[in-house]
Amino acid sequence: MDNIQPTTDPVRPKAPLRSWFDVRGRSLSTLAFALNRLTAIGLTIYLFLHLAVLSLLLRGPEGWDQFVALAKNPAFLLLDVVLLFGVVYHMANGIRVALVGMGVAHTRQKSLFYVLVGIALVAFVVGAVLIFVE
Amino acid sequence: MTERDIEFKVFRYKQGGAAPAHQTFTVRCDENTTVLVALQDIRRDQDGTLILRHSCHHASCGTCGMRINGREELACVVKVFELGTPTVVVEPMRNMPVISDLVVDMEPFYDRFNAAGMPFIRESEYLEEAEVAEGLETYMRCENCIECNLCVSACPIMGTDPTYIGPAALAATWRVVEEPRGLDSRPLLDWVDSQNGCWRCHVAYECNEACPSGVLPGDKIMSLRRELTKRKFRRLFGR
Repeated sequence: MDNIQPTTDPVRPKAPLRSWFDVRGRSLSTLAFALNRLTAIGLTIYLFLHLAVLSLLLRGPEGWDQFVALAKNPAFLLLDVVLLFGVVYHMANGIRVALVGMGVAHTRQKSLFYVLVGIALVAFVVGAVLIFVE
Repeated sequence: MTERDIEFKVFRYKQGGAAPAHQTFTVRCDENTTVLVALQDIRRDQDGTLILRHSCHHASCGTCGMRINGREELACVVKVFELGTPTVVVEPMRNMPVISDLVVDMEPFYDRFNAAGMPFIRESEYLEEAEVAEGLETYMRCENCIECNLCVSACPIMGTDPTYIGPAALAATWRVVEEPRGLDSRPLLDWVDSQNGCWRCHVAYECNEACPSGVLPGDKIMSLRRELTKRKFRRLFGR
């Protein structure tokens, strides 16, 4: 059963990025899928950046204080807002994918998307305001 | 009856020939002209070398699947005017090797059904007295799936992984698991419980959108997963 013919096409080689992110003419579910991939890639990059930033602590208080001053810059706060969107969207859609992926409520996957991502968007707006106000 | 000239931007490719490119044709269309009829007009009146595949003209045979303005459709039931675009882009289905122009090699598609070792007709449905028609090795099971490959073309994971079983074969597998009628479905469940099986799906559900006959392959894949999850829990607790 393992030896199924590959679907390789020498004329049109597979292009994962185009396959994942070309959402033209596609449905809401594909948009959800593409955004999930995009936020996953973004959050993975962020994780490494976060570790790099934390390593500033090895340089002592001076290096860390410099970073904290930079982090209070409005442009940097905007990056925090982007990060917050990535986190809340990936979490909400992740719950949907986990539920649907185990065959729970899979026939209502679009409704699940609206409910969970709707809650995530509300959390995002509140969080974004707090980032700038606090 | 309103008539209008519509531009068709058609994917062209010949094996051993130049790199693939789009060629533009203009066709006089009315409100009843389907994309398939327009393509046949092009082949008859403008370029006899245009290769396409079709048969029934009423969405039963599934042979005229292609991408029309970037979406997977059966060309025989898509009316040109209803697309609402001055130019209609016509391309072969994705995720199967292109043979010529709008025709793809369907062998990897059917290979997935065969690899499952799935009986196309179940013992309980087989009439001993039925004679197999000339030219056929055996009768094939008749289900909603018209084996058009549109779901496979639309699937973003098929566009990444050449060995993914894919939505059509997974949906067909679920039919046997759902309604085994005396068959042992465990080998089939083992087959799809793999890296290239139903766990490879990433819930884009584009297969559901593309399917012209209501099979809803995405839902079937999730049903397989539910069954496998139950089986794993049962094994975990030694039942």
